[in-house]
Amino acid sequence: MQEIVQYLFSGITTGAVYAVIAVGLSMLYSSTELINFAHGEFVMIGALVMVTLWVHLGLPLPVAVAGAVAAGCVLGIVFERFAIRTARNPEPITLIIITVGAGIFLKGAAMIVWGKDPFSMPSFSSHESIEIFGAALLPQSIWIVTAALVLAGGIHLFLKQTLTGKAMVACAVNKKAAWLSGIPSEKMGILAFGISTGCGAIAGIFIAPITMSSYDMGTILGLKGFCAAMIGGLGSLWGAFAGGLLLGILESLGAGLISSGLKDAIAFVLLLLILYIRPGGLFAAKEAKRF
Amino acid sequence: MTDKNKYIWIEYLIFVCAVSAFGLATKNTYYLQIMTFIGINTLLGLGLNMLMGYTGQVSLGHAAFYGIGAYTTAILSGTYGLNPWLALVCAVAAAVFIAFIVGLPTLRLSGYYLAMGTLGFGMIINIVIREWADLTGGASGFVGIPVLEAGSIVFMSGASYYFLVWGIVLVAMIICRRLLASRMGRALRAIHDGENAAVAIGVNTHLLKLQIFMFSAALGAVAGFLYAHFVLFISPGSFGFMFSIKIVTMVVIGGMASVWGALLGAAVLTLLPEVLHGFAEYEMIIFGLILMLVMIFMPQGLTQGIMDMIRTARRAKS
Amino acid sequence: MRQKHLVLAMLVTILSMLLVSGAVAADVYKIGGIFSVTGRASFLGDPEKKTMEMMVEQINAAGGIDGHMLEAVIYDSEGDPAKAVSAVNKLIHKDQVIAIIGPSTTPTTLAIVNFTKRAKVPLISCAAGIKITTPVDPWVFKTAQSDLLAVTAVYQQMKAVGIKKIGILTVSNAYGESGKKQLLSQAEKFGIQVILNESFGAKDTDTTPQLAKIKAAGPDAIVCWGTNPGPAVVAKNAKQLKIDIPLYQSHGVGSPKFIELAGDSANGNILPTGKILVTSLLDDSDPQKKMLEDYQKAYKNKYSGNVSGFGGYAFDAVNLLAGALKGSGGDKEKIRDNLEDTKGYVGATGEFNFTTQDHNGLSPAAFVMVEIQDGTWTLLK
Repeated sequence: MQEIVQYLFSGITTGAVYAVIAVGLSMLYSSTELINFAHGEFVMIGALVMVTLWVHLGLPLPVAVAGAVAAGCVLGIVFERFAIRTARNPEPITLIIITVGAGIFLKGAAMIVWGKDPFSMPSFSSHESIEIFGAALLPQSIWIVTAALVLAGGIHLFLKQTLTGKAMVACAVNKKAAWLSGIPSEKMGILAFGISTGCGAIAGIFIAPITMSSYDMGTILGLKGFCAAMIGGLGSLWGAFAGGLLLGILESLGAGLISSGLKDAIAFVLLLLILYIRPGGLFAAKEAKRF
Repeated sequence: MTDKNKYIWIEYLIFVCAVSAFGLATKNTYYLQIMTFIGINTLLGLGLNMLMGYTGQVSLGHAAFYGIGAYTTAILSGTYGLNPWLALVCAVAAAVFIAFIVGLPTLRLSGYYLAMGTLGFGMIINIVIREWADLTGGASGFVGIPVLEAGSIVFMSGASYYFLVWGIVLVAMIICRRLLASRMGRALRAIHDGENAAVAIGVNTHLLKLQIFMFSAALGAVAGFLYAHFVLFISPGSFGFMFSIKIVTMVVIGGMASVWGALLGAAVLTLLPEVLHGFAEYEMIIFGLILMLVMIFMPQGLTQGIMDMIRTARRAKS
Repeated sequence: MRQKHLVLAMLVTILSMLLVSGAVAADVYKIGGIFSVTGRASFLGDPEKKTMEMMVEQINAAGGIDGHMLEAVIYDSEGDPAKAVSAVNKLIHKDQVIAIIGPSTTPTTLAIVNFTKRAKVPLISCAAGIKITTPVDPWVFKTAQSDLLAVTAVYQQMKAVGIKKIGILTVSNAYGESGKKQLLSQAEKFGIQVILNESFGAKDTDTTPQLAKIKAAGPDAIVCWGTNPGPAVVAKNAKQLKIDIPLYQSHGVGSPKFIELAGDSANGNILPTGKILVTSLLDDSDPQKKMLEDYQKAYKNKYSGNVSGFGGYAFDAVNLLAGALKGSGGDKEKIRDNLEDTKGYVGATGEFNFTTQDHNGLSPAAFVMVEIQDGTWTLLK
């Protein structure tokens, strides 16, 4: 019985990782109707830049965090400007392949800059695990869950309450109408990308202490992040958050109770089930609302 | 109509002559083997091309059918001693069957959902192959695939396998062309030009997409069969997400909706690592860059893009 | 129609790029190398490539072999069997090498052996898989210790300290699978019972479910079989879950990187490893000590990094090949015969004695058991 509590905690830890990745992904979709298949690589960039700034250069924690987030945002903006906006044929199939190519490019670049070895990073606060109900929980997990919550909540507020946020949503709903109302859709696009990749970088920063950072960490994390976002409902921020946690917990329970070998398959089986049965995702409203 | 037919047969003739000339003239096994790989990749590209180019269905899991073909023949002919040619039939049947089962629900999706669905499918197949170690040898791979034979000819590396593969490629190309020229082909082009309109005039789009999906799976399985009996060793790593992306890249570069484009795409992608071998570290970056640049500037594929460039240049001059 | 012409023109251009080949200098011994320099096994392939290049330089500086200079042609398999096949065909048919060293991993090796066997080119692999040399093929050799020996070393030590029940946690790739097979098949011989066997993905961020499950089953020790970074995550998680039974690792983590990644959770981990990791702790009378120190010094001078056991596989392969090249005149058959006759070569990995039945040539003495304490390796007696 005690193991189940441990599985839950492990699930929450992994789930928070997926959640924080999925939130950034979903946010981009809800403001631009685009899926960035390179999102996982921005997570990786955040983690590796953090390693360089905090561990190797010894900068203070807040500065390193700001630096890594900035790196993610800037790269995202550059990506949007050169890859997405210049595309001659912005159909889904084209954009999918462009973002996939970008992901591979970033991975290759990271391999050259940081090398092939993995890096470890100390936790933000204490290293010791907390014991609850006889199961161990790492303080870093709490950091990650908090980060995911803050991100989801923050972006939600931004999109719903601020003028800029509302303008961004307007662009996603109907670009022409938004443009007619005087909203500069180009600037919105840049902003959306910047925020989304910045979120990805934040995910990487918070994840790095419990995983090992390496140039190829982004691929599988990105894929699981997509699954989580889809499960929760593309475009729904709270859905992404919930989807991530759910995926993590189910994976953990599956590994513990059924078989650890098939753990990876759980994410994709769930994905397929959601796509077939309820493509809007678990938490999307009947009329595919945005949040 | 007859003129066009004549032209097509001339193309085939040139193709056959070129392939045969190369095969007979080159004694160097290395070149023959590179060309054999290009041939196998062309088969994969042809199948995916029909799917992506004509029905507009993006598939990020095509390597799964490649793997299903390879593993079916490996297990049947390696572990159970079945005649490899019979195993080929089984491999194609297995791939088509799985394509049917998976295609039914998945092809109803569109755009990103379809992409994710095919991605998920591909990953699941890969994990199953890896975990079902008793049957497949697991992550360590499957050793002991028998060599292909037909009567007194043994198909091993070198000229014999080269001709086998390219013979099959030719047949596949003819079938694809035939399909495209038939009633089914016209329906396909209708879907390509505007799916809603096609539905409006009574085209059963869902059935058509499913049929093409199954056809592409069949070609993928044949490619897998040829790969398995060529290298005589297979492991799950060769049939994963990255390879699915590679096949997509081949189709994209070659130009979707172009049968010869599949050949070009396969050639470029197979030869690129060979040419770049001194820059192995940069291969991933260059690959990603090519993918991005081609899709950004020449989404119709390399050939169309270059033709456009020539046309604009000519217009600028005059 | 014109589009087709363009396609053909492009194809011809591309193909002609292929035909750019280099001339073969007659008096040079060309040897090939295939390593996973990039990709997920780069921690193997990168030091192996560097070691091979360094040693070829050294040999040539000393006058070559029988007056012939060595030329090493090395390709990157990227850990991909299909690429390895392309590489091996290039080496055999285009570069016309007389012997090949590598590849670094078992799947890449198994993918190419059929080609080297057919072409009758001697192959010295640096991969661990036991399938490579069992059953023995006249043309295939290997220098890495097989997992069979590693597991034997682990179990011998466990038996000596009275461990009876264990839980195992292996990576779901070829390396982990092979280890699992050995762990399961050899357990009974040493009176050990495997009560649970779990697996985890190489890039997994968390293995606490599996560890919790194993902990609950109450074993005397846990064995983790994988290569960095997975086992580091396992070590960290084990500390997190306050698991106090011994944690054994495989020789796959035998490099300073593991200690760096796992931090203080590496302390107390026990593993088998080639002597190269603990060179300074060896007895001066140990026949391998001098050779290991020389290798380390040379490597550090040229590449300013520490050696790992993995580069040692290439070190031995090159030395063995150099020995076999002597007096062979570049004839592949003779090289193969010389290799098979090699006895008593003391290398970085251990002492090699090849026979017609044994193309790995190592004994359990190739491994020493070490325990990590205070962030460094200590020899277990």
